[in-house]
Amino acid sequence: MMTEIPYLNLAIWVPILGGVLVLATGPDTHARMARVVALLVAVLGFAVTVPLYTEFDASTAAMQFVVEKRPWIEHFNIYYHLGIDGLSLWFILLNAFVTILVVIAGWQVIQHRVAQYMAAFLIMSGLMNGIFAALDGVLFYVFFEASLIPLYLVIGAWGGPNRMYAAIKFFLFTLAGSLLLLLALLYLYNVTGSFDILVWQRAPLAFGAQGLIFLAFLVAFGVKVPMWPVHTWLPDAHVEAPTGGSVVLAAIALKLGAYGFVRFALPIVPDASLQYAPYVLALSLVAVIYIGFVALAQTDMKKLVAYSSIAHMGFVTLGFFLVNPLGIEGALVQMISHGFVSAAMFLCIGVLYDRMHSRQISDYGGVANTMPRFAAFFMLFAMANCALPGTSGFVGEFTIILGAMKYSFWVAFLAATTLVLGAAYTLWMYKRVVFGAVANERVAALTDIGMREFFFLAVLAICVLAMGLYPFPFTEPMHESVNALVQHVIAGKLP
Amino acid sequence: MDMQTLSLIVPLAPLAGAVVVGLFGRSIGRVGAHLLAIAGVLAAFVASVLIYQDLPDGGINQTIYTWMRAGGLDFSVGFQIDQLTVLMMLVVSFVSLMVHIYTIGYMAGDPGYQRFFSYISLFTFSMLMLVMANNFLQLFFGWEAVGLVSYLLIGFWFQRPTAIYANLKAFIANRVGDFGFLLGIGLIAAYAGSLDYQTVFGKAQELTALQVPGTGWPLLTAICICLFIGAMAKSAQVPLHVWLPDSMEGPTPISALIHAATMVTAGIFMVARMSPLFELSPAALSFVLVIGATTALFMGFLGIVQNDIKRVVAYSTLSQLGYMTVALGVSAYSAAIFHLMTHAFFKALLFLAAGSVIIGLHHDQDMRRMGGLWKYMPVTWITSLVGSLALIGTPFFSGFYSKDSIIEAVHAASIPGSGYALFCVLAGVFVTALYSFRMYFLVFHGKERFGQAQEHPDSGEHHGLAPGHKPHESPLVVTLPLILLAIPSAAIGWLTIEPLLFGGWLDEAIKTSVELEKTAPLEMALHGLLGAPFWLAVFGVVAAWMLYLCKPAWPALVRGKFEGIYRLLDNKYYFDRFNEIVFAGGARLMGAGLWRGGDQGVIDGVGVTGSSRLVALASRALGLFQTGHLYQYAFTMIAGLVLLLTFWVLL
Repeated sequence: MMTEIPYLNLAIWVPILGGVLVLATGPDTHARMARVVALLVAVLGFAVTVPLYTEFDASTAAMQFVVEKRPWIEHFNIYYHLGIDGLSLWFILLNAFVTILVVIAGWQVIQHRVAQYMAAFLIMSGLMNGIFAALDGVLFYVFFEASLIPLYLVIGAWGGPNRMYAAIKFFLFTLAGSLLLLLALLYLYNVTGSFDILVWQRAPLAFGAQGLIFLAFLVAFGVKVPMWPVHTWLPDAHVEAPTGGSVVLAAIALKLGAYGFVRFALPIVPDASLQYAPYVLALSLVAVIYIGFVALAQTDMKKLVAYSSIAHMGFVTLGFFLVNPLGIEGALVQMISHGFVSAAMFLCIGVLYDRMHSRQISDYGGVANTMPRFAAFFMLFAMANCALPGTSGFVGEFTIILGAMKYSFWVAFLAATTLVLGAAYTLWMYKRVVFGAVANERVAALTDIGMREFFFLAVLAICVLAMGLYPFPFTEPMHESVNALVQHVIAGKLP
Repeated sequence: MDMQTLSLIVPLAPLAGAVVVGLFGRSIGRVGAHLLAIAGVLAAFVASVLIYQDLPDGGINQTIYTWMRAGGLDFSVGFQIDQLTVLMMLVVSFVSLMVHIYTIGYMAGDPGYQRFFSYISLFTFSMLMLVMANNFLQLFFGWEAVGLVSYLLIGFWFQRPTAIYANLKAFIANRVGDFGFLLGIGLIAAYAGSLDYQTVFGKAQELTALQVPGTGWPLLTAICICLFIGAMAKSAQVPLHVWLPDSMEGPTPISALIHAATMVTAGIFMVARMSPLFELSPAALSFVLVIGATTALFMGFLGIVQNDIKRVVAYSTLSQLGYMTVALGVSAYSAAIFHLMTHAFFKALLFLAAGSVIIGLHHDQDMRRMGGLWKYMPVTWITSLVGSLALIGTPFFSGFYSKDSIIEAVHAASIPGSGYALFCVLAGVFVTALYSFRMYFLVFHGKERFGQAQEHPDSGEHHGLAPGHKPHESPLVVTLPLILLAIPSAAIGWLTIEPLLFGGWLDEAIKTSVELEKTAPLEMALHGLLGAPFWLAVFGVVAAWMLYLCKPAWPALVRGKFEGIYRLLDNKYYFDRFNEIVFAGGARLMGAGLWRGGDQGVIDGVGVTGSSRLVALASRALGLFQTGHLYQYAFTMIAGLVLLLTFWVLL
């Protein structure tokens, strides 16, 4: 379907140019203006993505809203080329949506260098939309790398006491992966003479080459997801990042790696993907179980939720590499849901941190006595985090487990342990933080959430429940793209 | 009103009540909250009655909406209403209504009044969704939703450490069961290709030929056992029963509603609903039978040594759930459902009566500080007696008909494990009578031991009557539900046994290979007076009378004689300690080990820091060559040249 208005261009450039505009408001003396402009830009940025859903044609697997190829670096056949399908649609909407929440969440908490803070998030949002919409390998790579910079700055400039260690660890981990990605992209260009992702998906490749490319993709995207055992940067990054940074990191940044698997690894090197799928499944199951146990041992709330994120993303890679429609659709749904739930969990921890300046579970206890409304929201999100039916967290995990059962009983068996582990680490934390008698004077002095906090938690609560009770509209646009992908992977590229 | 509207009202009216009371509880006030919540449940009850009256042949089976489509599977929300469903709808909405009314009195002084009403209405919605489901997705939704509300209600008094320990334990134990349940549903979806009950039942015969790839297990047995693991947690069967006694930390009305009459019977209902599957797997049925028999007898023993009035009733519930499970195991599904129904009435009655006693004694639950209450609380006394007589299976009372039918069915059964089960259910009759009348005598008869108020060890709250004070009968909102529950506890067995067990009323809903022997209620009761179960029960009552009324010194003597057994029972067979050490402790240890050893030790220590050290080391090593001394460079060049030349010449 062709549209007159280039929505994808707008989705990318409205936040980026808006971010530049926010930067122009200058020093903190104009902080209020920076906030208002940032909010307007974020809302506008979301508004331009809404037609992507309303005008989406669910009956085709082809790319939609395609922005005509424009030569960028003609000599190397590099083009500015955008388009989305059922695999990428939701992440652009999710990204634009979360950006609004981040702006609101940082409204009062951020008092220094407000304009830069807001601008960093807006620009990052635009760049990440670019990643989900890019149909050119180099364009993808540029967006992929560029989006690292604002996040690095957010952690490095507004982070906690150990922020430099965390920021550099984050940067080096992801950069190491990216370099392998670059090598793979260059190799593909060498073989096909093009940087067009769709051309790569059709290009025949020998199995040996596929294997090496797959390995490069696995490392590059695996670090971002993050998959076990290259996950250790994430808890550190989360702990040091400001709340907004954690929200974007969990809700969107982790999706970039997972998205890479469905846009690059599975369709470009299908035979290698199938061949090595059991190993990826094994790593994913390790992520679910090993990380589940590790989360249980955490004493820092944010670290706990960070580990829980890794376990939930383990479900995503699990779903993808089952290579059946249930698994892949479940994984996509899980990514969207994780966007809501992890954002909500980090915002909840942010609400507490803003008041107590501590993330240690042991500093809390009995929060429900002084913050009953907050406790109710936190309960809902905790339940979503342990995949209670009726919340969004259930939809993806349920579908993936059904998909896993088609693959093997034992894979489903191991994956289903999340039911127990997820409940154990989430609700044990909830018990120690929220339930109980008032633990100390600081808890006794807590004030319940205000209007602003109520607003963003309520919006997320509605999302979590809506998706849990009626996921139909979320999955309908995916079917054609997912079916086409599965058929493509199973058909393979080998003669 | 047409059937569709009515069937929507049944779950949605309580939901509406729960949502409004939950969100606007403060603005509508206490009276507004309980009126709204009760109106919702009343509407559900009335709609259920109307559906019952006009139920068409073949029942109702309709899809409400398509929840999701993925991978060729349709996930939907829909209702299947047949006789089994209607029966459950009536029981659930009626008991819930009674509990709602009772709550007005029981929770009168509680600051969380509105929250409580919101929760119990939400529970009613969830439970109705569970029983009305026509597919496994909605079944699982209801299954977990009742678990959620149970979690919220056990931890209702969230300041109490014991309550929030108990609710976490309950949730996690139930999640262990749900783990099995979900795998069962997964197997069904993968091999039957549908989540719709009727479609799956239609394919059941084909599935018997299959095996689970990679395991060699017969598929249908695997499905049934996985599903039953879910039932074991929800219906508290050994060894997943551990959460139920602790759930007594919740307020008494929910102990009656959730942890006795309705939620814990969800597992029994589910197996009966799945009878077309279980009937095809004798191995799974034997498993069900043995688990049920073990629960019926061994949990009954624990009831004898409890001193907390609610815990006695809780262990009694475990044991009775065991009876129902035994009935399922011998394919007497209708007998299980029959006992489920009678038990719902008399056990809700016993719990609410216990609650009335607790109100009368100002929240003292220890039976050692009760006694002689019959004088002060006549309604509670008489209704408790009715409940206890029903529980022990006195002829003519409701419990007699259902329990005797189960024992008869076990007697007639021949599947592996039925001998053991027969022993357990017969011995269980004696045990039931013993602990029931121990409780009855300790509470209502004998010496008045109340009036010794003391500080509560945990919270410092005052519990119990102050010296010199006398207990009073509870207000009408409390006693009215007792009376309304006492009537079916006495009479419902007599009235319904014929259609339920012999009249084929449940035939459309339940598939079974077992034919129960047809007897008229009067004849059955008279015959029962001569049977072994009746005399076992009489022995139990007499033993309780001897031990706790005539010779109150004897129990201590018995305890002294059988020190080891007593300690085993007092520690509940050490299940809790085992779980605490092995599972909870083990998991924490494992978590800490993987975190410190795996993440921090190997991955970060060797991998991340190691590689950064390697870089530092390499740079220092290379730095050694950068000395800046010309003679060293010249020497190295010459040495290299010589080496190269040698290499070249020799080759």
